[in-house]
Amino acid sequence: MAEEYKLMKGNEAIAEAAIRAGTDGYFGYPITPQSEVMEYLTAAKPHETTGMIVLQAESEVASINMLYGGAGAGKKVMTSSSSPGISLMQEGISYIAGAELPCLIVNVQRGGPGLGTIQPGQADYFQATKGGGHGDYRLIVLAPASVQEMADFVSLSFDLAFKYRNPVMILSDGAIGQMMEKVKFKEQVPRMTEFPDWATTGKNPDRERNIITSLDLDPARHERFNLKLQRKYKEVQEKEVLFEEYMCDDAEYVLVAFGTSARICQKSVEMAREEGIKAGLFRPITLWPFPSKELESLTSHVKGMLSVEMNSGQMVEDVRLAVHDNIKVGHYGRMGGIIPAPDEIVEALKKQIIGD
Amino acid sequence: MTEEIIIAGFGGQGVLSMGKILCYSGVMQDMEVSWMPSYGPEMRGGTANVTVILSDKRISSPILNSYDSAIILNQQSMDKFESKIKPGGILLYDGNGITRHPERNDIQIYRADAAAESAKMESARTFNMIMLGAFLKIKPVVKFENVIKGLKKSLPERYHHLIALNEKALIRGAEIIQPVEVA
Repeated sequence: MAEEYKLMKGNEAIAEAAIRAGTDGYFGYPITPQSEVMEYLTAAKPHETTGMIVLQAESEVASINMLYGGAGAGKKVMTSSSSPGISLMQEGISYIAGAELPCLIVNVQRGGPGLGTIQPGQADYFQATKGGGHGDYRLIVLAPASVQEMADFVSLSFDLAFKYRNPVMILSDGAIGQMMEKVKFKEQVPRMTEFPDWATTGKNPDRERNIITSLDLDPARHERFNLKLQRKYKEVQEKEVLFEEYMCDDAEYVLVAFGTSARICQKSVEMAREEGIKAGLFRPITLWPFPSKELESLTSHVKGMLSVEMNSGQMVEDVRLAVHDNIKVGHYGRMGGIIPAPDEIVEALKKQIIGD
Repeated sequence: MTEEIIIAGFGGQGVLSMGKILCYSGVMQDMEVSWMPSYGPEMRGGTANVTVILSDKRISSPILNSYDSAIILNQQSMDKFESKIKPGGILLYDGNGITRHPERNDIQIYRADAAAESAKMESARTFNMIMLGAFLKIKPVVKFENVIKGLKKSLPERYHHLIALNEKALIRGAEIIQPVEVA
């Protein structure tokens, strides 16, 4: 039993899971707190086993454009970085979304803005879920809350990316990246040998050439393309929402949190319950599509919600949109790389939501 | 059973690897474990600490601000963490370099002079295993044989010849630990 588990950092788990998912290429540039991803990959030398390419690019801008090229050829490609590096990639991410290409981008967030701090943060929620680059596009955004999920979400991301021809982001943070937990990996999946029909794998005499571009100068045609994108996003919203509830069935008060914050809130819920407060935790796993309907359905018995984030209040906007003005909604957050403690969250819940 | 432990000292004392071995030992007996290090600027030439949680249940928060046990290896860590031990909890420390000894009388305090002992064993790198052996004597959260298994898992193969020495250090730690009375 115990032998099947490995003890690993979240960053290392992503790297091992990437090899096992049959990834064709990883392109990245080092930045704390996610450098272990590429360190692990280079040490593992997957080019000798699966044939996966691991390349340190000259910059984040180069990395994302290598993804653009690899994805255009129908390959399973990925990168990882942390907040400032992800900002540098935004132009490329917009192009990839505009060209409807699948890829995986991992953001192991640190505190911002600017170079900020190397300590964990969750202040890239807006950037990830509302479109960090230009244009009307969406990323599918997954928020792991354990080392096991860091591993599991790699293959899930590729499945979603290829299903919808859309970039997928794993939005993690420095705490989960650096933390070690038990993790079990899936069996090795071979790299793909057949590619989607849209991929630029070389023109055959029996078909038209495939063109990968995000440029279309014909307004009517380009509007039709945008409408098609929106239909795709709507389908994702209908089919791909993931979330987890913890002690929500009889809860009067619910903490809403993702990633590291959700782990801490789980403890806060236990502490609140010990004091006789009927608390629960709602954890969105897909940040986009956001589990709005599921959150709204809780308002039938929940009196108030507190969105707990390592930022100044970003996801709380989506929580408010989901539950309208039906119940009281508050936010509690820490910034600058500070991680909220379980007891301060309980205090904030009492002060802001439960009241006297 | 859930045991929430902070291990804190200088970088280079083996703080993080002590935590890792403890976690691997837990994995060997099918426990849930989490290992949350300080990785910030403090780690780049200064203090290092790691929060280790061992439990038979799913672990909620890997980040804590109060602990069942503290293993303290320098003065800065004593100043930072003595007050964060839960009442009735355990503080184990190495006396080397400690100028202000612990003062709380609502916790159990133990001392193991592992730095001095590792010098006698002529291997400074056994220091953390002496401390771990001392800790497990008073708080046997994992079985001794699983610590050895954990060592094998966490040490690269090229260091496996050192396992016997580490085993000796663990045993020595259990022998030298002393309770400390606070007046």
